[in-house]
Amino acid sequence: MVDVAETETASRRMSVAYDDVVSWVRAFAADVSANKEQLTELDAAIGDGDHGINMDRGMSAVLGKLDAADDEQKDIGALLKTVGMTLVSTVGGAGGPLYGTLFMQMGTPLGGKAVIQPEDWLAALDGGVAGVQARGKAEPGDKTMIDALIPGRDALQSALVGGESFTDALRRSADAAGQGMRDTIPLVAKKGRASYLGERSAGHQDPGATSSHLLLEAAAETWAA
Amino acid sequence: MKKLINKPEDVVTEELQGIAAANADLVRVQFNPNVIIRADAPVQGKVGLVSGGGSGHEPMHGGFVGLGMLDAACPGEVFTSPTPDQMLDATKAVDGGAGVLHIVKNYTGDVMNFDMAAELAGGENIQVEAVVIDDDVAVQDSLYTAGRRGVGATVLAEKICGAAAEEGRSLSDVAELCRKVNANARSMGMALTSCIVPAAGKPTFELGDDEMEIGIGIHGEPGRERMKVEPSAKIVERLATPIIEDLPFEQGDEVLAFVNGMGGTPLIELYIVYNDLRKLLDDRGITITRNLIGPYITSLEMAGCSITLLKLDPELTLLWDAPVKTAGLRWAA
Repeated sequence: MVDVAETETASRRMSVAYDDVVSWVRAFAADVSANKEQLTELDAAIGDGDHGINMDRGMSAVLGKLDAADDEQKDIGALLKTVGMTLVSTVGGAGGPLYGTLFMQMGTPLGGKAVIQPEDWLAALDGGVAGVQARGKAEPGDKTMIDALIPGRDALQSALVGGESFTDALRRSADAAGQGMRDTIPLVAKKGRASYLGERSAGHQDPGATSSHLLLEAAAETWAA
Repeated sequence: MKKLINKPEDVVTEELQGIAAANADLVRVQFNPNVIIRADAPVQGKVGLVSGGGSGHEPMHGGFVGLGMLDAACPGEVFTSPTPDQMLDATKAVDGGAGVLHIVKNYTGDVMNFDMAAELAGGENIQVEAVVIDDDVAVQDSLYTAGRRGVGATVLAEKICGAAAEEGRSLSDVAELCRKVNANARSMGMALTSCIVPAAGKPTFELGDDEMEIGIGIHGEPGRERMKVEPSAKIVERLATPIIEDLPFEQGDEVLAFVNGMGGTPLIELYIVYNDLRKLLDDRGITITRNLIGPYITSLEMAGCSITLLKLDPELTLLWDAPVKTAGLRWAA
């Protein structure tokens, strides 16, 4: 007979361990690879058509680093910094500094932690978004990756404040990022190469917001149970 | 796709191997991270000049490494910005104690990667200044865009600043000079055909047999207008007029006229463009006192050209005339 309390615990995750974070990074790498063509096509429409190729090259390098990593320490912060540094040195373009900064800044509040709580994840997202904004100087509505990340972070925060489980909060976060991604379609780009198109950038989904949605979706899916 | 390559993924590496083999007297090439470094770097007491950008614009930037021009160039993947670790290695390799100038073309990725590199270099106590080149008048410069793109003025800035660094000028002086070149130069380009990025394998954009794109960027970014192909004189008017009006260039000005080939256009056509440009400038009382004609900042096999005008003064003219010895640009005193 299944104990009710135990089922509750299983479906309502309260924390994420080092190995779970590794699984999330691996899941993101797999999603980037699976969506490489789509990301590249979205970028070809309004940018320079290399986002999928570049991100896939970077995440492949990250997988190589994970395979070779000495994870005795189980330091989640150090892990995310390594991911970020690897992306900075392998992606190039604008995606390298932006995703590199995102992971590195997410790692800062998680330094020395082998297990993180929901509020740690929120702090990580908050730090990551602030880093991306400082690097890219984009504001919400400029048709960039932060148009997915900020709604994702805000939804996570409201869900946690509202007392929802971590699992549910992660789902809300990913869904909000997905909505933010779709909401970039009518926007006129104000940053990056897409901004050269002016009004002609409207009607296309932003590739950076699309990959950022994949990132938060991977967290919700990987940590669902 | 028809290209003289082996495998698309090896294009940059094999190009660099070729450059290393061909130009061993001028440069050494470091792989992973990729940097082309002047053979005698670091030159003690001289400001180091570093530039970089996506590959596919050859001879820029790697072909401009050598005496009187760049000390190092960072080649990215084709049309993709290089990464901060390349730029940091380049900066360290050329720092002769007088600091290092980063010459950055205004593209979002290039600017962010060079920013990160400058932060890293600062952490290693190397003094770095960065100047962003943004001379392309085809793009509106406003709060609502990433700003004008960096194109032809980059080549002129690298030559002129290289000469100034060779004279022993300070980092702040060379940076100021670089800003002066950028402030006095304007460019615009056009395409007759698209380019094909090797990894993509298909044309970046579609253009009809009888069409041209005015205001094209060096990565095949859309321009101002697509229209039927016209005679050279008319095309020159479409490119030169916005350039002249933007600065503005005025009657009595002396200029360096740079007619650049995009990669797929033969010199015979570039000289026709130059001839039309000369006549147009003559009519406006603007005198060409220096010129540069040829493929120097290219866009793979794109056919087309760009025009850059730089308003000259005695200082810029002297520095332009100073000796330079690189694979892409070479003259004696």
